Amino acid sequence: MTSVAPYSDQFAAYAANGGGEGPAWLPALRQQAFERFTALGFPTTRDEDWHFTSVTPIAERTFKAVKPAATALTLSDLKPWLVDEAWHRLVFVNGRLEPALSNFAELSAEVHVSTLSDALREQPEWVQKHLGALAAFDRAAFTALNTAFMQDGVVVRVPKGETVEVPLHILNVVDAQANGAAIHPRLLVVAEALSQVVLVESYVGLGKASYLVNGVAEISVGSGARVDHYKVQRDNLEAFHVGTVQVTQGRDAIYHSFSYAAGAELSRTNIYTKLAGTGSEARLNGLYVLDGNQHADHQTFVEHLAESCASRELYKGILDGQSHGVFNGKVYVDPIAQKTDGKQTNKALLLSEKARVDTKPQLEIFADDVKCTHGATIGRLDDIALFYLKSRGIGAENARALLTYAFAAEVLETIEIDSLRLELERAVFERFTHLRLE
Amino acid sequence: MLIIKDLHASAGDKEILKGISLTINAGEVHAIMGPNGSGKSTLAQVIAGHPGYEVTSGSIEYEGQDLLEMEAEERAQAGVFLAFQYPVEIPGVTNAYFLRAAYNELRKARGEDELDPIEFLDVMEEKLKVVEMDASMMQRSVNAGFSGGEKKRNEILQMAVLEPKLAVLDETDSGLDIDALRIVAGGVNQLKKPSNATIVVTHYQRLLNYIVPDYVHVLAHGRIVRSGGKELALELEAKGYDWLLEPVGA
Repeated sequence: MTSVAPYSDQFAAYAANGGGEGPAWLPALRQQAFERFTALGFPTTRDEDWHFTSVTPIAERTFKAVKPAATALTLSDLKPWLVDEAWHRLVFVNGRLEPALSNFAELSAEVHVSTLSDALREQPEWVQKHLGALAAFDRAAFTALNTAFMQDGVVVRVPKGETVEVPLHILNVVDAQANGAAIHPRLLVVAEALSQVVLVESYVGLGKASYLVNGVAEISVGSGARVDHYKVQRDNLEAFHVGTVQVTQGRDAIYHSFSYAAGAELSRTNIYTKLAGTGSEARLNGLYVLDGNQHADHQTFVEHLAESCASRELYKGILDGQSHGVFNGKVYVDPIAQKTDGKQTNKALLLSEKARVDTKPQLEIFADDVKCTHGATIGRLDDIALFYLKSRGIGAENARALLTYAFAAEVLETIEIDSLRLELERAVFERFTHLRLE
Repeated sequence: MLIIKDLHASAGDKEILKGISLTINAGEVHAIMGPNGSGKSTLAQVIAGHPGYEVTSGSIEYEGQDLLEMEAEERAQAGVFLAFQYPVEIPGVTNAYFLRAAYNELRKARGEDELDPIEFLDVMEEKLKVVEMDASMMQRSVNAGFSGGEKKRNEILQMAVLEPKLAVLDETDSGLDIDALRIVAGGVNQLKKPSNATIVVTHYQRLLNYIVPDYVHVLAHGRIVRSGGKELALELEAKGYDWLLEPVGA
C-alpha cells in the first residue's frame, strides 16, 4: 500500500486545482477511480494477469504531474515521427495538445475530433454516456489511475455511415521536460453504425527522460462499422509505458489492431475486445522488438459473446540482449457464441542467449460448435538460411539482419497503410543492419 | 583453380569424406557422381563453407588461397558459388532485394560502386533471359512458394547475376521435369566461359546429356573410387554403381 500513498497528496492537489473542472459527474468519477486505485494498489506478480511482469520499477517511484510549459519543439523536430504528413494529426507534447503542431482541420465537419476538455464543454451528456463505459477500473489499477488523472485526451465520434479515409494520427511526444512525470492519455472513439476510421496512436520519447505513460483507449465499433487501430510505441528506453485498449464490437463490426512496441524499459499493452454482435471480426496483430534490458508484455483478451464471430491474432517478437518478452493471449467463448472461428499465433525470435520470452495462451471455450486454434513457437535464426545468404556473398551481420527482418515481415505485411508499413519495415530493418531498405 | 588434397570432413562424430583429392582447372567441367550417402553433396557443401561440417584434415587451395580459412561469404566474394540442392525460402525478402544485396556485396568486395535499384533492373533484364524467367519473379519473396523447378531456376539466376569463377551445382537436376532440366542446363551452358570452372554433383547421368563434363569422378564411402572421361557416366548409367562399390568394402 505504501507505493500508492504518495499519489494521495497529488490527487488532492489535482482535484483542488484543475482536476475539479468539467461537469459535476467528472470529479465524482475521478474520486471514485482514485479510491479504487488506492484500494487495489499496483499489481504484483502474484496477480495472474501480471505473473511475468513486475511493475516494481513503476511502483517504487512516484511520478509527478507534468508542469505545464510551452514547448520549444517545432514541426521539423517531429518530422521523423509524423510518418505521413498527409494524415490528420493531433500532436501532444508532454500530455498537452499543441495546436500549432497539429493539423486536423480538413476532417469532414460531420466527424467530431477534439480534445477531451473541448468535448466536455461541447457535448457533456454524450461524453458522460461513453467515457468509462468500456474501460472498467474495478479490477484494473492502471485504468483507475488513468481515470483519476486523465487530462487532455482525444474524443473521436464518427457518425453513422461516415468514412474517414485519411488516417487520424494521435502523436504523443514526451521530452526531457517531462522527466519524472506521469502522463495519462485518454482516447475515446465511437464509430457509429456503418462508419469507418483509421487511427494511428503513437508514442515517442525525445531527449533523455524517465517517465510513465499510462494510456487508456475506449473504442466502440458500431454495427457494420470498421475501425483500424495502429499503436506505435517508441518511447524512451528509460520510460515506462502501460496502455490499455478496450473495444466493443456490434453486429458485423470489424476491429483491426496492430501494436508495435520497440521503446520503453518496461511496457505493458493490453488489448481487449468484446465481440458482442453477431458476425463481428477482430484481428489483433503485433510486433515487439527488444534489446538490452527491455521488457515488453502484451496481453490480449478476445471475448466471443455472439454467434459467428471471427478472431485472428498474430504476434511476433524479436529479442536481443537480455530482453524479456511476454505474450498472454486469452480467448473466451461464451456458450451462446456458436460458430466461433478463432485463431491465435505467436512467434518469438531469440537473437541472444540471454533473451527470454514467456508465452501463455489461455482458451476458455463454453460453446461446442467452435473452431479455435492457437500455436506458439520460439526459435533462433536458422543456420542453414544464414549459410544460404553468406554463400551469396552477404556478410554474417547483414545475413542475420536480413533474416531477422524477414521474420518480422510476415506480420508487418498486415499493416494496410503503405506509409506506416514502409516506416516500420525501415525501422526494423535498420535496427539490425547498416544496409538500406529501398 | 581448385586443388583438393586428402580432404577429410565430418558431421558430428561421423566421418563423411575420407580422403578426397581432386584438381580442377579453369575451363573444365567435372561431374561428381555416386550413390546416396557417398559424400558427394558434403563435398559440394564443404567447398562452399557449410557450417555443419568440420574439416578434420587435408586442404583446399582456391586460386592460390587457403579456402578453408575463408568464411562462406569471403568464398562467395572470391567467386565460389554453390547452387543448393534445397534452396532456402526467405519469406518477406524479395528476390530483387536479395539479388541486389548479394550483387552489391560482391561489387564492394571488388572495390566497385554499388548499383541502385534502377541500375540493377537493367542487369536483371538480361540475366532473367538466361533462365527464361519472368520479371514478375523478382517481386516474389526468395523461393517462398516456388515450385521445385522455379527454385532451381532461381539458383541458376543467382549464378548468372553473381558470375562465379567456380560454380558447384549440387543435385541441381533432382526433382526437375524435362523442360525445367533443359532450361537449367541451358542456363549453365550459357554461363560457361574458358575462365571459369563447373562442378556438377549428380546421382544420375541424365543431366550430363545437357551439361557435358570433361571429367567424371565416382564417389563411394567418402572416397573417389574411379575417375574418367564423359564415357564413364554412360557406363554407370548402364551398369549402376554396385560394380564400383564392392572393392572398397564397408
